[in-house]
Amino acid sequence: MCGGFGLCGIPENSIAAIKAEGVKDLTCISNNAGVDGFGLGVLLEERQVKKMISSYVGENEEFERQMLSGELQVELIPQGTLAERCRAAGAGIPAFFTPAGYGTEVAEGKEVRWFNNKPHILEHAFDASFAFVKAWKGDTAGNLIYNATARNFNHAMAMAGKITVAEVEELVPAGELDPNEIHTPGIFVQRIYQGEVFEKRIEQRTVRKAE
Amino acid sequence: MSLDKNGIAQRIAQELKDGYYVNLGIGIPTLVANYIPEGIEVEFQSENGMLGMGPFPIEGSEDPDLINAGKQTITALAGAVYFDSSTSFAMIRGRHVQLTVLGAMEVSDQGDIANWKIPGYMVKGMGGAMDLVASAENIIVAMMHTNKKGESKLLRQCTLPLTGTKCVTKIVTNLAVLEVTDGGFRLLECAPGVTVDEIKAATEGRLIVNGDIPEMNLP
Repeated sequence: MCGGFGLCGIPENSIAAIKAEGVKDLTCISNNAGVDGFGLGVLLEERQVKKMISSYVGENEEFERQMLSGELQVELIPQGTLAERCRAAGAGIPAFFTPAGYGTEVAEGKEVRWFNNKPHILEHAFDASFAFVKAWKGDTAGNLIYNATARNFNHAMAMAGKITVAEVEELVPAGELDPNEIHTPGIFVQRIYQGEVFEKRIEQRTVRKAE
Repeated sequence: MSLDKNGIAQRIAQELKDGYYVNLGIGIPTLVANYIPEGIEVEFQSENGMLGMGPFPIEGSEDPDLINAGKQTITALAGAVYFDSSTSFAMIRGRHVQLTVLGAMEVSDQGDIANWKIPGYMVKGMGGAMDLVASAENIIVAMMHTNKKGESKLLRQCTLPLTGTKCVTKIVTNLAVLEVTDGGFRLLECAPGVTVDEIKAATEGRLIVNGDIPEMNLP
């Protein structure tokens, strides 16, 4: 599991370490698949990924090539279902019913039940060995605080991982973060470190001129 | 004369009501934010995890940690809030967002929508669209009435893989405003200078025309 939305809030240091480690045949659960040369794109280039489970992909030529040639398996699922399958995994809910995807190919082979006169499909919690997440600040107790929309999938994935590895921009001793302001309690985090470099690439730079 | 993309966005903006939480899809829907009627306050929800989305940042102040669901750099307005993805879709599935505006490749006269996949082409994924269409109470589709070949995109049945079934409430195109009813598309308004016959010719699905159809009232 890798947190992030597009290139925002991705665990870039952990991704670099996974590349250096060279482990192969990975199944990656991540909302997106990075771009060529950055994010999960670097693991795809090294052919370390066997399967991607995402809601939106294809900002990435190497990804497209591997997908079309059949080297890479791809499972596309609705974004809210992806998020809830993470949350459910962390919350001890093995499966749940959601209306998303009913009547579409996403529902093929899945149990359908009607609640409140609406059809829902059964979806299962993920079962991920590791979750790699990225936060803004963290403390030595594993508590995490995110910045702006870089929170995205990081919180639910931190809950979901059997072993959650958090990289933070700033690691402080326990007691320095205000307990009122912590987003992810340290109980969900098994490893934490301060990342060496954060490139934080922008995928779509959109601006306006000063008036 | 048919409307351009900005005209469609301008007409959809008239559907906004004070206090609405609104989710805008990518493409024409994004333009709706430029035409919020005076005296109305709405908050835009971005499914990657924020409410209170503001305009693009002033050049030089863009923040890689602050983006919208289209991965574009944005700003936050006063009262904005950030949250995680599962909370974001709780807002969507839990029907806390009053209006969703989406683009579409096809819509059927029962309110089915197809907007994520063309067989034979690279599939990018549905993102949050399936969650949005399955849950939102009020879904307005913003699209051109016909495709580049001149074929109707308002059909009896969708031919492309569906994003959701029986979910679209209203459609605003370059030619018309239509409502999805049990009997098909009910024509509500014509674009300025567009005739009912032109709309009939451009609509493959069942079209209901009752009495005189008013022209859209655009400023």
